[in-house]
This record gives sequence, structure tokens and C-alpha cells, in this order.
Amino acid sequence: MTETHPKPEMASENTIPILVEFTGGLEMLFSDERKHRLSVPSKDDEGNPVNIGWLVKHLCDKVMKDSRKEMFVLDDHVRPGILVLVNDADWELEGEASYALQPNDNILFVSTLHGG
Amino acid sequence: MESANASAAALRAKIAATEERLKLLKAQLANIEEKEAEEVEESPVTRKWPLLPDEYKRYGRQMIVPSVGIQGQLRLKDASVLIVGAGGLGCPSSAYLAGAGVGTIGIVDGDIVETSNLHRQILHNSSTVGMKKVDSIVSYLKSLNPHLKYITHPTHLTPQNAAEIVSQYELVLDCTDHPTSRYLISDTCILLQKPLVSASALRRDGQLIVLNSPPLPAGDAKGGPCYRCVFPKPPPTDSVVSCGDGGILGPVVGVMGVLQALEGIKLIVEGRLKEEQEVDGRGNTMLLFSASGSPQFRSLKMRARSSKCVACSGNAELTLEKLPGMDYAVFCGIASPIGILKPEERIEAKEYLELEQDSEKTHVLLDVREKVQFDICSLENSINIPSSSFQGTRSSSLQEGKPSWLPETVRADASIYVICRLGNDSQIVTQKLKEAGLDNNGKRAIKDIRGGLKAWKEQVNPSWPEY
Repeated sequence: MTETHPKPEMASENTIPILVEFTGGLEMLFSDERKHRLSVPSKDDEGNPVNIGWLVKHLCDKVMKDSRKEMFVLDDHVRPGILVLVNDADWELEGEASYALQPNDNILFVSTLHGG
Repeated sequence: MESANASAAALRAKIAATEERLKLLKAQLANIEEKEAEEVEESPVTRKWPLLPDEYKRYGRQMIVPSVGIQGQLRLKDASVLIVGAGGLGCPSSAYLAGAGVGTIGIVDGDIVETSNLHRQILHNSSTVGMKKVDSIVSYLKSLNPHLKYITHPTHLTPQNAAEIVSQYELVLDCTDHPTSRYLISDTCILLQKPLVSASALRRDGQLIVLNSPPLPAGDAKGGPCYRCVFPKPPPTDSVVSCGDGGILGPVVGVMGVLQALEGIKLIVEGRLKEEQEVDGRGNTMLLFSASGSPQFRSLKMRARSSKCVACSGNAELTLEKLPGMDYAVFCGIASPIGILKPEERIEAKEYLELEQDSEKTHVLLDVREKVQFDICSLENSINIPSSSFQGTRSSSLQEGKPSWLPETVRADASIYVICRLGNDSQIVTQKLKEAGLDNNGKRAIKDIRGGLKAWKEQVNPSWPEY
């Protein structure tokens, strides 16, 4: 697995390049790949800028091949025990699901570990 | 055979007697050393020195680090730290705290040392298997640094004993392995205003976070966040994977334990155990470690205390009086043993042995452990299709008709027996195979072997390797 940072790319008019990462075991739900380079539309179906809420649904519907959706999303929210980081900052500091994605954003999903 | 047993028993008795004798000699030596130390202290010339001569030598290399100095060393000597869990995190963290000269070290653990602990729980050893973990760890720590006070709590931390135990210390290290204990420890630390260094590890990953630092009273937004601020809701029970189920690399959990000790030493040396206000420029961070990551370490900027937190906000309902009545197992959910199949859909391991020996009847034995486990040991003629490969919606292991893993030569009515490590995943897969129509409307029997390979070892083959 090669792991590199995304090359700064210019956002085309319709899409935004982002890097989505999974760690703490979540990568197992996403084809065992920690890093996913995605190109997402800049606007959702209603013409609003896409946010993390949209991204979570997109990941669940389009990227995740595992059938255990409940291990990622519960009741339309990221399941308890998963932290979401926007460019290495807790998404709570950035507006949570309403944070509008920017070109070359790094969105990290961390599953809490409990072992010791 | 009998004479071998007799000589083994004689040897065991001899070893026990020798160990007793050794214990006595060690106690005598400790007695003499203690007296020597007292004599040195009482000598009028050296009396003004706050540390013993051995301590100056012992801690010299760390005392000359500018951020430590003699003041930091005396703070370490005065400090008391509680380590909850004497396992993969507790071993390295307690070793470094004892090495650094933390005056009082308490260890909580109700478990005994097992052979499967030894690859990572580095203070225990082959001869302490079967011993209480707290005794095993303290025997190591005493030989590492005899100047300190060690207190053992040979019990699990519970809502009933937590406040009494934690109140005896100034700093807590969470070295446990389950969400129930993590919430309990965090709540107790909030109620008693103790800073908390929390770490965890699984497989090749580790996480570290310093909580309740500064340890301000509930309702003070400048205090550090608690475990509930970061994780207000517990994770679903089936997302909680233990080191026993998921695996763990020794150095991974070791690195996390060492980092816990480091954070603890920093808090003590910098005089931040009872700090009354936040120091500027220090935000809350979580450190991620991943053996296979690039970079391996990653520091994440974390939220502050939550104004809605049930433990540390102004609206908190948690009190010391309520703590003993809290049920953390209910809060976190209890992983109940899986029992989704009817009795007639399951067979015992010893019944399977009879089937295996009956060459007339053909059948398929499906082992659904992960390949890495199957490679360690497997039953003859078994086919390995990991249970995880039945999870995908477009899983090729579950395609309609005859799946590719089913040998061509197998008859359409040949039974399928499903086995795994403990007998949980095998039930789920058995059900999935039936749902996919592989039972040919009842013409083909599909059954799970109750209790998995653990039962196989118990009922059929005691030489089966248990890992």
C-alpha cells in the first residue's frame, strides 16, 4: 500500500478532490485500504455545498462494500466510538456534519481502541 | 509414568522450598539495606540532603535534564500514581514510573498471569504464570527500585471500590482494556479531580489522550475534557474488539504504555497535578500511533470540555454518592453469547468426530476463522472461508447456486459443517448459508459445531494447539 499525501489539485468547477482515511480497524470495512482518494461533487442534489454529512452517506452507499453498515453509521449518524477529524482537528471544532468540504481536505475516521 | 510423576512432585516441592528460602534471604537483605539507609540518613553530615546517596546516582541522568532538575525529582518522590491494569500498558508504564522514582505506585488488577500475556506484558515472566498480576508486577518493580512504596489492589476496579482506591493517589493511568472500565475510571477521576492518562492499543494501532487536565471541578469549562466529552455514547458491543480476539503486537502496546509514563512524568515534574487554571498554549490533543502508518505518529487537535457532558459539565448529574450505584455494564451493553441456531442445527464436537470417521458419508467441513488463524492450525480436509468474506453484499462466498469454494465432487445433498475458534461466527455463517439457499430446501444439512475448536480440544483432541 502506498501512502502519500494528496497532490494539491485545483478544484474543477464541479468536483472537489479530498483524501479520506480510516484507522483503528475501520479500514476493514473499506476494502482494507486506509487511504481513499476521492473526487466528490462540489454541490449536492439540492445545490448546496457538500458537507461531511453528505460524505458519510456517500461512503456508506458508494464506497463501502462490507454489508455491516451499522459498524459505520447508526441512526443516520457516525456510530458512537468513531471520531471524525477534519485536517487533524476534531470535527466538533469545525461544525461536525455541517462542515462544508474544501479542496484537498483530509477527513480521518478513527475507531476507538479499547485493548490494553 | 508413576515414578516420573513422583520425581516431578519431588522437584516441585524442592523448588517451592528453595523459593521460600530465597524469599527469606531477600527479606533479610532488604532489612539490612533499610537499616543502612537509615544510618546514612541519621549521620549529621549528610542529613541536609533530601535524597539518599543511591537516589542521586539512580536519578542523576534524569535530574540533569533541565526540565526536571532537583525540584522535579522531589516532585516525583512526593507523587502518588495509580495504575489501573497490570497488563500490556501497565507493565511498561509502571516500570518507567518506578525507574523515575515516583514515590508511591499503586496497581489495580484482579487477574492472574497467563502464558498468553508474556509476549507483551513484559514485567511478568514464565515463572510468575498463575500468580496474581499485582504481585508479579510489584515483585519486578521492587527489584527495579526498592526505594518506593508499592500498594497492590488485587481486585478489578468497580463502582463500589473506585472512589476509595482512586482517592489515595494524585494521578491515574488507565491501562485497562474495556469501555466499561474506561468510563468508570474517567467518572471517578472527574469526581475526585484527578488528571487521567488514558491509552489503548489493538493489532498495530495505539491511541493516547490526557484527560481532565487541568483537573478542575465539574462545571469549570477550563478543565480538561473527560472520556465522556470525547465519547458521550459507548460503542456498540460488537464493535469492541479485545486483544485476545483481534491480536496485538507487543511493541505497539509497549510504546503506548511508555508514552503514558512519559505524560505522567511531565504532569508531575511540571507541577500540573493540581493545577488550578489552564496554561496558555496547551490544547487538548490525542496521539495516534500506527505501526503501518505514514507518518507513524499523528497528533490530533481535540475538543474542550462539553457543556452537555453528564460527568464534567455544569449540568452534570454524576456525584460520589451516585457512583456506587452506577451500572457500567448496562451502560456499555453486554455482549451476550450468540445463540441464533436451534439445537437441531448444531452438533457437538465429539459427534462430528464420529461423522468424520464414517467414510461412507461425504460432507464438507467449513472453517470460518480468518486465514491467519487457519494457517496456525486446522483440521484435516477442512476448507477455509473466513467469516468476514460472507459479510459483503456482493460476496462471492455467498453467490446463488453453488459457490466456488464448494468442491465440484461434492454431492448436492452432502452436509456442510461449520466450525470456528469459539463457536460464535460459525453460527452466523451457518445461518447465512441457509438464507442463501445452500440447504437445497432442506435436502442438505448445514450445521454448526458447538463451541468451535475450543470444544474440539476439550472433547476430542487434547493435543490441539490452543493459541
